[in-house]
Formats: sequence, C-alpha cells, structure tokens
Amino acid sequence: MLDAQNHRHTDLPNAPGVGYKAKHFSDLLEAPGDVAWLEVHAENYMGAGGRPIAQLAHLAELFPISVHGVGLSIGAEGRLDPEHLARLKKLCAWVKPASFSEHLAWSTHDTSFLNDLLPLPYTEATLTRVADHIDEVQEVVGRRMLLENPSSYLAFDESTLSETEFLEALAKRTGCGLLLDVNNVFISATNLNMDAKSYIDSFPLQHVGEMHLGGHDEDEDDHGAPLLIDSHGAEVANPVWELYGYTIAKAGPRPTLIEWDTDVPDWPVLRAEAAQAARYLQPAHV
Amino acid sequence: MAVSQTSFTDAIFDPTAPRPDGLSDGQGQAAGRRFDVYRNNVIASLTEALQAAFPVIEKLVGEANFKVLAGDFVRAHPPSSPLMMFYGAELPIFLKSYGPVSSIQYLPDVARLETAIRESYHEGDAVPADPAVFGSLSPEALMASRLTLVPSARLVRSAWPIHAIWRFNREDGAPKPEMTPQDVLIVRPNLDPQPLLLPAGGGTFVARLLARDTLRDALDAAAQEFGDFDLTQTLTLLISNAAILDIGDTT
Repeated sequence: MLDAQNHRHTDLPNAPGVGYKAKHFSDLLEAPGDVAWLEVHAENYMGAGGRPIAQLAHLAELFPISVHGVGLSIGAEGRLDPEHLARLKKLCAWVKPASFSEHLAWSTHDTSFLNDLLPLPYTEATLTRVADHIDEVQEVVGRRMLLENPSSYLAFDESTLSETEFLEALAKRTGCGLLLDVNNVFISATNLNMDAKSYIDSFPLQHVGEMHLGGHDEDEDDHGAPLLIDSHGAEVANPVWELYGYTIAKAGPRPTLIEWDTDVPDWPVLRAEAAQAARYLQPAHV
Repeated sequence: MAVSQTSFTDAIFDPTAPRPDGLSDGQGQAAGRRFDVYRNNVIASLTEALQAAFPVIEKLVGEANFKVLAGDFVRAHPPSSPLMMFYGAELPIFLKSYGPVSSIQYLPDVARLETAIRESYHEGDAVPADPAVFGSLSPEALMASRLTLVPSARLVRSAWPIHAIWRFNREDGAPKPEMTPQDVLIVRPNLDPQPLLLPAGGGTFVARLLARDTLRDALDAAAQEFGDFDLTQTLTLLISNAAILDIGDTT
C-alpha cells in the first residue's frame, strides 16, 4: 500500500462524500450518516446569486467541498475559454474548496458547447495540448487540480499511448493530481475488452487524490458486445464495488464520491451507498 | 487517420451524417453505434436542460412533442456557454416560427415568462429599500423619486393571459385561463421567484419605473392607459414583495 499522506493532492478526508443535489438539502443536514464531504458541479454555481449560491455558502460552512467542473473542455483543440476560467477562479476564491477537479475530455468546439464529456485520442500531440491547458488552469485558478479518467465507448485508431500512460505523463508534466473514477474504469474495460484490474495495476495510484463511484446502464454494440453507459442513474454495481476494494487495497483509503445525477433517489438510498463506501475505507478492510 | 473535433462535432449534430472514420471498438471493428452514445448524450442532456427551464411549455405541447421540438432547437441553437442555467434564451423567438406550434400564438410569451422566472432565480442578491422610507417622504418628494427595482425583478408583458396559463399548468385547482392580456412582474421576496399578476395599468407603470422615469411620470402614463389605475395598490405590491431596491434622489 502507498502512503497516502505523502501524496495528498486534496484536503478532502479519506471518507465518503456524495454529489450534492438541492432536493437533499434538509435531509443531508439532518442525517448525514457517513457522508463527510460534498461535491458540486462548478457550472451550477456560476449565477449571480439566489438559492444555489445561498445553499452552497451554507454547506461550505459545514462540509469540505469538492468543486468539480464539467464544462471547461480541457481537451479541446481550441484555446480554453478565458471567461470560464475566470468564473472558476471566482468560484474557488469564495468557496475555498478542499479539492478542484475537471475531466480528461472536451465539450466545446468553436462556439458550441455540447454538454457531454467527449473523448480524446492518446497521442503526443494531444498530450502536449492537454498539458498546456492544465498548466493554464492551475496558473489562473491558483491551485493544483485533479484530472478525471473518462468512460470510453470507443477507441481512436490514431492513439499511440495507453490511457494510464497518458494520465501519468500529464501528472508528471503538470503536477496535477488524478481523480480515479472506478466506475469509468469498469465501463471502459468492459466496452473495450480490457482487463479492469490490469488498468488499475498500471494506474499511477500515487497521484490519486479522489475516487468516484457511480452507477451505469447496460446496452450492446452492433455486434452484440456489451456496451456500458455511464449514466450515474443507479446504485454502484457489484463488480464496481469489487474493483474499488481491489483499488484501495493497493492505494490505501482515498476520498470517495458516490455520484448519482439522473433519477436521483431519496436521501436514505444515497446515504446507504456512502455507508457502503465507508465500510471499504475502514482500516480493517484495507 | 486523425479524427478532428470538427468532424466529431458535425457528426454529433447531424444524425444523418456518416460517423467519423478512425474510431473503433478497440479490436479492429468500426465503432458503429458506439458513436451514437455521444449523439444521444448530447441531445438528451441539452433536452433535459430545456425541460428543466420550460416545464409549462413542455406541458402545453406534450412531452413527446417537446422532445422533438427540443432536438430541433438544440441543432439550430447549440449552447454557446457551459452554463446550462442560461441555455434556451432564444427558445421564445424559435417558437414563433417553429411550424408545428406556430399557430399557438401565446406559446412564445409563456416561454418568455419561464425564461424570466429562471433569470430571476439566479440573479444577484440585494437588500431592498426599507419600507419605512416611503412613509417618511412628503407626497411631492415621493412623486419626484425614481425607484430602482431589485436585480431579481422581471417584467413580462403580453397580449395573452400568460399568468393564468402558467398557474393553470403549475397549480392544482387554478382557474381556467380567460382570454385577456396580462402583464406579470416576477419578484423574489425570499429565494423563490413569484410571478405576480399586475393590475390594469400596472405593466405600463412598472415599465416606466424600469426606464428610470419619475414616479409622477410613471403614474401619469399608467392613468392614461387605465383611468382608475390604483397607485397605492401597485406600490404596496412592490414594497411588500421586496421589489424596490432604492428610491433614488427625491429632491
């Protein structure tokens, strides 16, 4: 096991957190259970004021907050949007989050924002471009960020590096930490017929500042091969829990988020998922 | 071969376009419908953003029709910002010329009302003027004042009964709309925007306030439109809903 304390990339506790939903506001305050921190999507808190800002300000007094961006388009061929960078900087300045993270993906092209995390080929050219963008983000926002591994539905013929090589090179070049989404690993491994544990074995776990767990949907491709879709709309699947156990046995306990973004359940269901993560994070398990 | 983000984007927005070459299942077979996951995600997530913003429009046209309409809107007006809280601002204008619903003439105005409610929800916070100020002013000083409304206030004027239509589709037991023009002021006395039906002349009165007219000029304009315009009633509505930010210079 790695010594996590020597590689802290966030100030989040090694405990479960959940993706915050406004419908859980009262229940969460009343009975947080094992939920020790909250993650919010940065773009939902970039309005001028009103209820979202008021709620986040209140929650930030009570919980460590992870600001998780979904719209920066770090993998874009074009330059980063300076206005959006400025909004991220402003948000981080007042929330003072325990962690700030974004995705290895692109979502903006020319002037269009596609509202999805779109995939990148793993080449030297994209590595240089993404590293430059991460440097720029860390410079403007004034802090180190975590970068999340994507869920893959297809592969680029032009790729010359593996995803783990690509992420490790980014961490080394930019000093950023990594956000390891275990559900995404399971999805990508299933969809591209790779071994999920081999992916974890080759992942630079010393850079991992946070982990994600979430639910997925099952579909199939034109040839009847399984095609898992990253839906964040269900309980964490059993093989994902198993892969998570395998991962923290190697990496040691890390801050772990339960993501549930569509068909969001009542609070007790989400809290139970966090309690399950808490059991994995106990020293006896690791 | 390299897949550019231009060709990726074009193929996402055009479901009839061929999928880009150079994408596979990781084992040598073309990606095929794996690419369609992205097509579906993009259209579905943007449609969801529109559903969240325009629940009454969705109810008026029906869920299935709204999904078709939203897909057409998304392709015609993809977002230009990652802030979904502002996406769909062009929907009211789009509805005016969107064939399948262009005969429902009140639809664009109801969409304007929903857009204004969402804007109000996310607007900046402000401390309203102390109501005691109004009692302390002489009638002359009050008439010379130029009231500023709080940032979260929005005026939506319509030749259609937009307030009644909105209520009928949001509240159980709300009365059936009758065909009459309605002007609506959205206020945010706490953190939840409330659409208030303005009394006759009230739309003109508030529009003049927003144009920085004096209270006297706003009153004259409202009274010209509706002889029995009730200034006290409208001012009380504004004050009791914390809609007035500042009374300005009264000298």
